[in-house]
Amino acid sequence: MASESIPLAIPKSSRGVVFEWLFTADHKKIGVMYIVYSLLFLVIMGIEAILMRIQLAHPHASFMSPQTFNRLFTLHGTTGVFFVAMPILFGFGNYLVPLMIGARDMAFPRLNAFSFWITAFGGLVLYASLFAGGGFMQGGSAPDVGWFAYAPLTSTTYSPSHSTDYWTLSILLAGIGSVGGAVNFIATILCMRCPGMTLGRMPLLAWMNLVMGGLVLVTISPLTAAQIMLMIDRYLSGHFFDTAAGGSVVMWMHFFWIFGHPEVYVLIIPCFAFVSEIIPVFSRKAMFGYPAMVAATVSIGFVSLGVWAHHMFTVGMPSYGNAFFVLTTMIVGVPTGIKIFNWLATMWGGKIRFATPMLFCTAFLFQFLVAGLTGIMLATAPFDWQLSNSYFVVAHFHYVIVGGILFTIFAAFYYWYPKMTGRMLNETLGKWHFWIMVIGFHLTFDFMHIPGLLGMPRRVYTYEPGRGWEIWNLLSSIGVIFQGAAILIFVYNMIVSYYKGAPAGNDPWDAWTLEWATTSPPPDYNFAAIPDVRSRRPLWDIKHPEDPDWKYE
Amino acid sequence: MSAIPVPMAENQTPWKLPSRGRVGMFSLIVAESAIFTIFVAAYIFYIGKSISGPTPRQILSVPVFITVCLLSSSLTMHWAVAALRKGKTGRFALFWFATLALGSIFLAGTGREWHHLIAQEDFTIQTNLFGTTYYSLVGLHASHVLVGLIALAIVMVLALMGKVKCEHWERCEVLSLYWHFVDAVWVVVFTVVYGLGR
Repeated sequence: MASESIPLAIPKSSRGVVFEWLFTADHKKIGVMYIVYSLLFLVIMGIEAILMRIQLAHPHASFMSPQTFNRLFTLHGTTGVFFVAMPILFGFGNYLVPLMIGARDMAFPRLNAFSFWITAFGGLVLYASLFAGGGFMQGGSAPDVGWFAYAPLTSTTYSPSHSTDYWTLSILLAGIGSVGGAVNFIATILCMRCPGMTLGRMPLLAWMNLVMGGLVLVTISPLTAAQIMLMIDRYLSGHFFDTAAGGSVVMWMHFFWIFGHPEVYVLIIPCFAFVSEIIPVFSRKAMFGYPAMVAATVSIGFVSLGVWAHHMFTVGMPSYGNAFFVLTTMIVGVPTGIKIFNWLATMWGGKIRFATPMLFCTAFLFQFLVAGLTGIMLATAPFDWQLSNSYFVVAHFHYVIVGGILFTIFAAFYYWYPKMTGRMLNETLGKWHFWIMVIGFHLTFDFMHIPGLLGMPRRVYTYEPGRGWEIWNLLSSIGVIFQGAAILIFVYNMIVSYYKGAPAGNDPWDAWTLEWATTSPPPDYNFAAIPDVRSRRPLWDIKHPEDPDWKYE
Repeated sequence: MSAIPVPMAENQTPWKLPSRGRVGMFSLIVAESAIFTIFVAAYIFYIGKSISGPTPRQILSVPVFITVCLLSSSLTMHWAVAALRKGKTGRFALFWFATLALGSIFLAGTGREWHHLIAQEDFTIQTNLFGTTYYSLVGLHASHVLVGLIALAIVMVLALMGKVKCEHWERCEVLSLYWHFVDAVWVVVFTVVYGLGR
């Protein structure tokens, strides 16, 4: 560090620390900044969810106005996808990929810093709308067009204020950041591997971040293109989505979902990566079916590009269009099923340690399976005609996002927090966090399917009594209390453990990938000597020179 | 305490990885292609859907000359990089300048076309659906040409200062990938706007 070479009269001040983080191009610091930034937004979106569940706990509640409700679900969705899930996964990828492939940094460190800051700026732009979005027509403050912002609701006719401008601009900025990050991931993983780390020996986390990077390139860019078109419509009076001039609002739907569906895989594939690293370590077995896992990931990436119009069954398509998108959507289930079987086969016969990371991964397996099954239900066009835009859909995708993505992110926190800080998270608090989260999650989202089946549409700010929806909504709202409590325990655990946690040492989990070969936290240069890899579990080879893996691979 | 030194096992084959500049540029090109694909799809979908005039046939003339200029700039770019690779910096500067000039002619030609359409034909991005798709697609391409020209100009200045040497050929090649991409996109845009759409 600079303070070592330049003699300073005063010790490094807090100002020095701030500058060090502001101007850093180190992949670990950028990764941590991504993660902390997303956690702040996670809390914000959680508060938005709590407010909405308070409003929906009873029929005819008057906790908030319909306008406020519209703004809250728009902010909640947009924040969750673009400013929580994406950056937190990019953060973990940033931190872990170079360490796992034995590199000293990402391929383009300054591009990395740029990507983070522009994404961060995008989030600030979105929330700046709360203060500045009223604009000259006083048509609203925060954006209220929903996270997929269907045309013509976003046109200047129906959204006269600037709130929609903030929405589109923030997503454009986040999109630039995501593409920059993806370029960096791909170049890092292909070009920065340490000697011997062939593609066939890369940790699955690196493989899956490679696939995620490729998906980001071809899915975020269409969204960026659509936002440019929306801006042309709004600022330059263009006619892309202007039906009065012959434009088509269905075009927006296509462009949005060409992004929107693969985006789910952009989010879940890095989570698959966490599970694929954690389950083997806590089952004390090498990953079952590594090549099948890689092949399944790549094929999910490809198939996911051809399923988008299953979000549009109710718009009306020719029967062969429906059939095509039903079939492609169901085909995604095949490689996903392969993955679930591989994880189960890794656990099968293993010496399983149910530490907190493993608990979260185990819950993920069950919850993600259920999320996939309701996905198959919704992929069936006639079923979707009945339940599209209902709470069944909301329950389905929250099962994916909370039960799948958020649970594995928690697993990743408990697993890698010791590497990032040098201290263990408290295991007792971790178990409390896990069980309360499980209870809260299932209370909220299991019961949310039922009002959906009974016909409750999403995005309504209140509902009539006497339709059998009341009890399920109340239970969902009660579940949110548990989820909130679990998150509080988690935040408390992270803060307290940072100061008082047990020292982690280099390798607290007895793991096999290279990030555990260096100190916790790793030095700026990651590795004193660049490692040389001969198998998929390089650290096992070092710990067991008498019985190395490369003899059998 | 520093990192645990990981023992260096002997690897038989020499360790060779792809160049990160090239991989990074190819990734960027994939992302840019996706953006252009969406704009081209919108253009094709909206052909003939304008509910008021003018139509492309009434006001667009095929820009043959600037197309020839842009496409031949790919050739001069290729020669420039090949010259630098062999260390012939003078030849490199000459062909690099030719590329810059041909690209500038193209951009000036697009500017002339737009000026004609806006000033004489009173045809803007607001006129009809055709105007919206035409100016956004051609403008998206022209903005990419502009970015390329700025990058080319920076290298040109460095070359005139004598700072571009043989060892920089790979960096120049990475930049040339972008330029070839911009040219290839023009082939698509040209076909769609002046062929299919007209």
